[in-house]
Amino acid sequence: MSGAPDDRRADGSGDLDRSRQQPVLEVEGLRKHFVTRKGFPKPRTVTVRAVEDVSFRIHEGEAFGLVGESGCGKSTAARALLRLIEPDAGRVTWRGEDVIAARGEHLKTLRRRMQIVFQDPYSSLDPRQSVGSALVEPMRVHGIAEGKEARRRAAALLEEVGLPPAALDRFPHEFSGGQRQRIGIARALTVEPELIVADEPVSALDVSVQAQVLLLLKELRQRRGLAFLFVSHDLSVIRWFCDRVAVMYLGRIVEEGPSSRVLADPMHPYARMLRDASPVPDPSRRAALPRILGEIPSAANPPPGCPFHPRCAQAMPACATTLPRWTSAPGEGQGGVACHLHG
Amino acid sequence: MIWFFARRLLAAVPTLLAVLTLVFVIVRIVPGDPALVILGDQATPEAAAALRERLGLDRPLWTQYFDFITSALRGDFGTSMVTGRPILDEVAAVLPHTVDLTVASMLFGTLVGVPVGIWAALHRNRAIDVAARILSLLGLSFPVFVSGIFALLLFSLHWRLFPVIGAADLDDPVDRLHKLVLPTVSLGLIMAAYITRVTRSAMLASLSEDYIRTARAKGVPWRRVVWVHGLRNASIPIVTVVGLYVGILIGNSVLTEIVFNRPGLGKIIVGALNQRDYTMLQGLMVIYCFLIVVVNAITDLLYGVLDPRVQAA
Amino acid sequence: MSALSERTPPLPGEFAAPPPPSAWKRALGKARSNPTTLVGALICLAIVAGAVLAPWISPFDPADQNIIDRLQPPGGDYLLGTDQFGRDILSRLLWGAQISLSVSLSAIFAAMLIGGTIGMVSGYIGGRFDLLVMQVMDVLLSFPSLILGLMVVALLGPELVNLIVAIALTAIAPFARIARAPTLALKERAFVEAGRALGYSHTRILFRHILPNITSEVMVMGTLWLATAVRVEASLSFIGLGVKPPTPTWGGMTRDGFENILDAPWLAVFPGIAILLLVLGLNMVGDGLRDATDPKLRNE
Repeated sequence: MSGAPDDRRADGSGDLDRSRQQPVLEVEGLRKHFVTRKGFPKPRTVTVRAVEDVSFRIHEGEAFGLVGESGCGKSTAARALLRLIEPDAGRVTWRGEDVIAARGEHLKTLRRRMQIVFQDPYSSLDPRQSVGSALVEPMRVHGIAEGKEARRRAAALLEEVGLPPAALDRFPHEFSGGQRQRIGIARALTVEPELIVADEPVSALDVSVQAQVLLLLKELRQRRGLAFLFVSHDLSVIRWFCDRVAVMYLGRIVEEGPSSRVLADPMHPYARMLRDASPVPDPSRRAALPRILGEIPSAANPPPGCPFHPRCAQAMPACATTLPRWTSAPGEGQGGVACHLHG
Repeated sequence: MIWFFARRLLAAVPTLLAVLTLVFVIVRIVPGDPALVILGDQATPEAAAALRERLGLDRPLWTQYFDFITSALRGDFGTSMVTGRPILDEVAAVLPHTVDLTVASMLFGTLVGVPVGIWAALHRNRAIDVAARILSLLGLSFPVFVSGIFALLLFSLHWRLFPVIGAADLDDPVDRLHKLVLPTVSLGLIMAAYITRVTRSAMLASLSEDYIRTARAKGVPWRRVVWVHGLRNASIPIVTVVGLYVGILIGNSVLTEIVFNRPGLGKIIVGALNQRDYTMLQGLMVIYCFLIVVVNAITDLLYGVLDPRVQAA
Repeated sequence: MSALSERTPPLPGEFAAPPPPSAWKRALGKARSNPTTLVGALICLAIVAGAVLAPWISPFDPADQNIIDRLQPPGGDYLLGTDQFGRDILSRLLWGAQISLSVSLSAIFAAMLIGGTIGMVSGYIGGRFDLLVMQVMDVLLSFPSLILGLMVVALLGPELVNLIVAIALTAIAPFARIARAPTLALKERAFVEAGRALGYSHTRILFRHILPNITSEVMVMGTLWLATAVRVEASLSFIGLGVKPPTPTWGGMTRDGFENILDAPWLAVFPGIAILLLVLGLNMVGDGLRDATDPKLRNE
């Protein structure tokens, strides 16, 4: 945890009006470690520091991207803030209400506000439940609608995600991956959420289908004014979809800011490495082949100092010993970076 | 390896305690008042109270439990209510007969089941395989007393090949073996059938692995592939089932002993049941627990010898 | 192609997958094409029909003692002969089927309900609780069914209900295991997480979403354990711990017949064959169903 949390927060957005508003979701110092014991006769405790210290804010209607290599803890962070797994430390507030402390009915009403769309469309639907029943059940549980009215709403939702009402009486196995993902999105919409956590929502789909599902998400965002936490490893998707982006490395956010700024002019060497590794459509803008040093280290044994220093081409002696402070980027609402180069 | 053995043996101790606790629950708590179970509903209150005192049932449940566990661990299984003799003595007198029968049946089941299973697997979907599958399904469906009675009718009464009465003279090896044949076959039949099926599917699974194909491609003779590479990997599920079946054989031997009128643990149980020998039943159950826990521990140890991965885990 | 994709053109770039039928339907379909399962089902159906229709089709009252016609051999007036009290064997077999079936079915139903719930809840909760519960189940499992059943009936008394309790107790552990294994896999699936995100209670997730996905495994296991239950019931009756005479039970009839095996071997043979047939039929059905549902065995 940093001594000056206000400095560390990913604050504001490209839109000046928005930055003065209260954020809908605030995450501060989120931490989740997984502890396992292995071995006999002398068991050893292995702690995987999946999420070490993550803070950010999402404003109303804003699309916030969380990007990083697999294993950096981005999905764990998303699940922890939804309380799908219990975080070890940190604060999560929804419009000022404490999400971590919520229990019972209070948690249930908070859950309505935030929904999740999963990566794997094949495991995200109950194979024994018809699509209609899967859409009506959340409405019944939250007392939104019953019977004919619920079914009418379910049909309307299907239409909204681009599926015919006839799909109501079908079972998940009758649909393709893209269609299932649409059903999963419709199910998330049944409880009228304000924020959708999209956990790699298209990476399990065929490339030809990815664009359609992304278009659907963007359309929903505009029509319904939904805020998004968009978790992805794909910079081009983030660039296209998100207003702001945070780059995660080994359980920490290393850079945050408007996606236009972060992806065009990354400050952190890791963010630059990611940017250089992602394909650029315009050949004239293509840089020299990116330098990629080494593999992502294990979160079970993170290096001291800056977690990125063993792979960093610009590492200095200080990087191996001291965790870099959060430094604001120049300009209003341009986010910040945790790197000794900019400290 | 030593660590592995030590760990497995240590693991048997809590299992034994748990099994003994289960016995205590079944014996002392489930039936309500054992005194009334023994004496029947018409018992006078005085008689019931006297019996309770004699059995120590008037003491607090926790004391009873503690005594039960400690005496069981000391090898003190109590005395018979009817004869007054120590239960261990009565059991020890007939145990060789039950051990003979169980061990012989286990050998029969394994020595018939494993080769037939391998044979069937190697002739998959051909006549031999189909016949083996149908016969093993039939064998699996024989209740032990039915197979015993059928064997008795055919081989003892019709063809007169084997004696009807099964109490063997333990000092005469020929007589002992001769009288063991029919009980062994009828008790081991289910196990043979089951081992056939397990061996067949384990062999099929093991022969379809990539390393088998590699071995063949390298030019290892087929015979060696089957017996060395295939069987070694198939042996793990087979050992599991053999271990599992020793317990079942011990249980089913009760029926075989009745049908062939052999002395043994089963006959003692039936006798205790008929005479409502409550302490005897309880002692027998504890002895069964010991037998089963020991058999399970041995199976676990064999596992480690056969599968190096188990030791590492 | 599903009816859905016929009525509506597939979305560009998305093609509806051909509908794979549910596991249970696939199992039934495959089992039906398997002659073993079919024969097994016919055997079971015949015995069930005999038991249900016993009051109308049995030629004699199963308790009627015709002292003049004692120990009649099979054939003649009494198709399968008479016992030492002159009771008709065929009629007693038909009525006895009712006991065999009702005791085994209720015991397995109870074990399925209790064991299945224990396994499902334990697997869902996981952690130390699961470890403890499964260790208890292993202890229960390490007891041979017959010994456990024998002890329980011996201590509780040979009543119909106690018999059911004893047999159910021997089958709880295997059902707990069979229900737990798929639950462990299912609770990691995203739809369970989706349910939690939608604010569903654990009870709702367990019984509305996990339960329907494990029933086919549990049902297949049920058929196989039904065979064991029939065997244990018959064995207990043979030892003398079954439903009390004069109610006819197959195991009890075998026991009575065994006492007269030198004079009238058919007395023990016919009920023995009846037990064998029922167990065989159930094993055949269960085996076919299991082969059809177990993906590992599917190609065998």
